[in-house]
Amino acid sequence: MLSLSRKDVIKLAVLAAIVLTMPIWLAPFGAAYPGLMQKFVIYAIFAVGFNILFGLTGYLSFGHAAFLGVGSYTAVWSFKLLTMDIIPAMIFAIIFSGLFALVIGYFCLRRSGIYFSILTLAFAQMSYSLAYSVLTPITNGETGLLVARSDPRVIDGLLGADGMANGLPTPSLLGVSLSGYAGFYICAAFLIAAFFVSQKVFASPFGMALRGIKSNPTRMIYTGFNTKPYMLTAFVISGMFAGLAGGLLAVTDPIAGAERMKWTESGNVVLMTILGGVGTLFGPVVGAWLIKYFENIFSAINVNVLNDFFAVLPDGLQAVMVTILSKFTGEGWHLTLGLVFVLIVVFLPGGLVEGAERLIRRLRRSGRTAVKKKVVQQ
Amino acid sequence: MTKLILGRRRLLKTMGAGVAASLASPLVFTSRSYGQEFCNNPANGRVVFGFNVPQTGSYAEEGLDQLKAYELAVKHINGEGDGGMLNTLKPLSLKGNGVLGKKVEFVTGDTQTNTDAARDGARRMIERDGAIMVTGSVTSGEAIAVQSLCQEKGVIYMAGLTHSNDTTGKDKRRYGFRHFFNAHQSGVAIAPLLAQEYGTDRRAYHLTADYTWGWTQEESIKAATEALGWETVAAVRTPLGLGDYSQYLTPVMNSGADVLILNHYGHDMVNSLPQAVQFGLRDRQANGKNFEIVVPMFSELMAVGAGEAVKGIIGTSNWHWALEDEGTKAFTKSYGEAYGSPPSQSAHTGYVQALLYADACERAGTFYPPEVIKALEGFEFDGAGNGPTLYRDADHQCFKEVLVVRGNENPTSKFDVLNVVGRTARADVTYDPTIFEGELGPYEPNQC
Repeated sequence: MLSLSRKDVIKLAVLAAIVLTMPIWLAPFGAAYPGLMQKFVIYAIFAVGFNILFGLTGYLSFGHAAFLGVGSYTAVWSFKLLTMDIIPAMIFAIIFSGLFALVIGYFCLRRSGIYFSILTLAFAQMSYSLAYSVLTPITNGETGLLVARSDPRVIDGLLGADGMANGLPTPSLLGVSLSGYAGFYICAAFLIAAFFVSQKVFASPFGMALRGIKSNPTRMIYTGFNTKPYMLTAFVISGMFAGLAGGLLAVTDPIAGAERMKWTESGNVVLMTILGGVGTLFGPVVGAWLIKYFENIFSAINVNVLNDFFAVLPDGLQAVMVTILSKFTGEGWHLTLGLVFVLIVVFLPGGLVEGAERLIRRLRRSGRTAVKKKVVQQ
Repeated sequence: MTKLILGRRRLLKTMGAGVAASLASPLVFTSRSYGQEFCNNPANGRVVFGFNVPQTGSYAEEGLDQLKAYELAVKHINGEGDGGMLNTLKPLSLKGNGVLGKKVEFVTGDTQTNTDAARDGARRMIERDGAIMVTGSVTSGEAIAVQSLCQEKGVIYMAGLTHSNDTTGKDKRRYGFRHFFNAHQSGVAIAPLLAQEYGTDRRAYHLTADYTWGWTQEESIKAATEALGWETVAAVRTPLGLGDYSQYLTPVMNSGADVLILNHYGHDMVNSLPQAVQFGLRDRQANGKNFEIVVPMFSELMAVGAGEAVKGIIGTSNWHWALEDEGTKAFTKSYGEAYGSPPSQSAHTGYVQALLYADACERAGTFYPPEVIKALEGFEFDGAGNGPTLYRDADHQCFKEVLVVRGNENPTSKFDVLNVVGRTARADVTYDPTIFEGELGPYEPNQC
């Protein structure tokens, strides 16, 4: 049941190696601090889950951030009411977001194509408004739900543990505090597990059925296939992945805010998946990293940093370069991201993964021709 | 061009150190083993302040103004420029050569008027850029979220503009400090003028921004006006960031109320107040009296945004650039020379917070947070623009005069939009800290 094809084992090993060595290879990019690396890994989980729905079935959900939010709120409530240990928090986050996805999926999957997308968007926007201003006793509205010293924490109380590190409630795993790098490695472990599950789904008969639905739903129905339960299962699985990601967001930083459920977040995960490569295993992971990098690092590049970067140029040229580039960095990072997105969609419809594959193929071909030439010469 | 070169030189240093720090960051693994006694100890490195303000989103304008003031504060602390409030602040330990002999550097972040992004920015500053102190905010949501993060990390947070009672009430933290006044003080300060202008027999209708600040302000203003003898007809919550308030304004007409209290800030107030005026609310008669509108919490930038509608409206402010004391004059002068416009109260509170932190380090003789916290707790100072001020140890709230302001009927310039019509003495706005729940938490710093 846990076996993988040889190719998949290699992929998993490569991913694990890349993720676990993040603190080293991200350093030259200025991104090697736990706060951002945790985001990289968590949003990769989110995108991998989204890809199970969008990549395999072609159903474009515009409301996945809702599940992320549900996961976060559930995890924080578990921290508040039960225990600061992350095990119950993660379990509840996955279960609740799964249930929520079941309900929303049941309604949305009655339609397909653009109607499905709009329905998911509507539900997500509703959830956002509910979290923002209607259900404020549960969500604490705009401020966000925080853990406090005075929360009940029933299980911790029973066990005599207080869940506190230096007098503050800190999420922990069996007594080990999860701040900083420990939190990152926990998230990384979850990403590797999530990637494995996604590989299993892709390789399974269930995954094949989903691909069949994507390429021709009518034919699938004519061959005696009831597509509905398959679609709903895929929707719920990807909702649970989102819930897991949301729960991890709360683990690494115990607060849950309504902004997490906003439609821009749902749009982000769509961008991540398309940028990286829809329907590929690695694509969403790469896309998630790229977008989070842009959001956190590129957006912090301001005029002063640019001035410094171009300080070697003569003054006039420096001013010109800075004026042009400053429109694309800092606040303008969305503009750059948009450009990159357009270029990728036009020239590499399969995303960055397709680009990489083309590159590898070309290198191999030129390598092979070189060998041939040598043979001929001899 | 000279300004540019100065900035570049300073940034060159920052960048160089930044590159070094990021190259060295895998070493974070081992930092604990060689015994860093607290988070981002500058003993053998740089002194970095983190300025985390909204530069995009609905409070961006106030955030950018605050950021400019922070940059000015760093200059003054490092002994550049005319020194600003360093000449007026009393007592003062800073010598104009940085903090404890080290020049101060800074990093900035954009909170996007969003609590998640605010925490991300603060984490970047603390974990990557080595910030010893984080400061800045324009909403209480941000302030509370970042404050609790900073307590977890063991890094001091000097709140920027935040007016919710919760910041130093229910959600107060040992590592968080607030110079700005709060909703409770607004209520106490505004009540006498309301009684004088509008009488003690009024029926009030509240429209409230639906988040922590709105809730606490509604509660405080309600308590203060009901103590006057006013009656509260209704208190309606409006979602944050709404553009069109007509659906909320229509019911006000037939509610039997004769005063509308707008617990809105920033863009919300810039939208809701002009719309209420366009509805003709101020031309109406209700219960035989003129219908009035009150905006309990005012800022210059909002008043400029709301334009004509603001004339004659009563509210409260933390500070105003036209005050006559030495601290205000010094700050307004250096800010005006640097940026060509008078500073807002958002800029003022940020500037003062940065100076107070630097001064507390200098006075404590160390950056070790518990010592710095103790230096700030119970600190009594003057010359920062608000008269004698106390940083109370019980809740880390500053106590000082509160200004009652009124929209200027005949503005002489585009900055001259508010008149100071009253000052409520510090003794009157001082309250018992136990009226709010919450506890500060421990002094011991966390490792980050």
